Amino acid sequence: MAEIPKEEYLEKCTTACAGCTSSLSLRYVLKAAGPDTVLVVPACCTSILQGIYPNTAFNIPVYNIAFAAAAACASGMSEAFASMGKKTNVIVYAGDGGTVDIGIQALSGALERGTDFLYICYDNEAYGNTGMQRSGATPMGARTTTTPGGKTDAKKDLDRIVAAHNIPYQATATPAYPKDLYEKVKTALATPGPSFIHILAPCPPGWRIASDMSVTVGKLAVKTGSWVLWERKYGELGISSPSKGAMKKRAPLRDYLSLQGRFKGISDSTVNELEQAIEKNLAQLAKEEAGEC
Amino acid sequence: MTDPVAMSRPTEGAAGKTGSWRTFRPVVDREACNACGLCAMYCPDGCINEDHEIDLDYCKGCGICAQECPKKAIKMEREER
Ligand SMILES: Cc1ncc(C[n+]2csc(CCOP(=O)(O)OP(=O)(O)O)c2C)c(N)n1
Ligand code: SF4
Ligand code: SF4
Ligand code: SF4
Ligand SMILES: [Mg+2]
Repeated sequence: MAEIPKEEYLEKCTTACAGCTSSLSLRYVLKAAGPDTVLVVPACCTSILQGIYPNTAFNIPVYNIAFAAAAACASGMSEAFASMGKKTNVIVYAGDGGTVDIGIQALSGALERGTDFLYICYDNEAYGNTGMQRSGATPMGARTTTTPGGKTDAKKDLDRIVAAHNIPYQATATPAYPKDLYEKVKTALATPGPSFIHILAPCPPGWRIASDMSVTVGKLAVKTGSWVLWERKYGELGISSPSKGAMKKRAPLRDYLSLQGRFKGISDSTVNELEQAIEKNLAQLAKEEAGEC
Repeated sequence: MTDPVAMSRPTEGAAGKTGSWRTFRPVVDREACNACGLCAMYCPDGCINEDHEIDLDYCKGCGICAQECPKKAIKMEREER
């Protein structure tokens, strides 16, 4: 495996909350992408992280765009670079609200068109920037400002929606495993056509965890099977090594939930439903990896 | 020259000296440190350099470096101010 470059593309510092793992993710995304990269950012925490005009902490060009338009904008940008003979990476870096809810039709269109770009959804499982309202990506049982009793619907299965587009490269990641994330961004950018990476990004204020616990919580998401790391290259699924252990023996789900204030008071029946969803997902992924479906 | 669109330029301190946010500061015990580099790898804000020195002008005091250090070589000490 190649060494991760020392270069940083985020100047000290962004306005991100202390312990923000979306910022941690972006550090590695940009290390993998390098300087010849444009980020397309719809409204989300990342719009704010850049700093205050006329200054920015981001040392690569960023195009800030309206919520629903990010993937469409990236399609145009990618075509424009191609027609100029440039190999510039076009990366959408969007939140879960801007992806699973608001940006989903533009995303679907760009995937269908075969746009040569990388779409990254960093998933803090709520509308963070506006004060933690629930999104389609909020898990069942989690309290947000609009689900004060805990969300009653399940997390929308964005990855299977994206998979239905049969794109060349798709993966999941979390910055608690930075090398895995870095390698996946490298692979995505080296693959022609559309790529998609879904990053779980534990968020201290939103998940009601201490700022020093966000990496630990990310590791537990993987160890409990709540978040499974995998990649799918031209339809071939491979489970990534940090998740292989969890496929064999999972850490108790309560270890993950009890660290997070947003799950305080969660009922046993909801924990049970979450547990069943994990088992079903793991079983499906194992079957797919074995070539049985 | 004026920019054709509103455009920001990369600057250190674009969000001010974020070190002022800190309520606890990370202090590295050099004796205990084995130079594994995990603290620098996990610092969300890239505030730890290759020599494991922490840039206190910008460190936000999140405590991830201390939490993830396998040698428990970083202590979070309350800021006096
Ligand atoms: C059309 C439109 N509706 C609402 C908003 C307000 N808004 C800005 S950021 C945001 C939350 C975005 O949530 P998400 O995509 O999950 O990103 P996060 O803030 O969590 O990083 C909202 C609702 C907006 N800017 N534009
Ligand atoms: S609200 Fe969450 S995702 Fe947004 S900057 Fe803060 S920690 Fe990061
Ligand atoms: S994580 Fe701990 S042991 Fe490793 S380099 Fe940092 S201070 Fe030293
Ligand atoms: S306390 Fe947080 S911001 Fe400061 S050096 Fe450690 S990890 Fe980085
Ligand atoms: Mg979000």
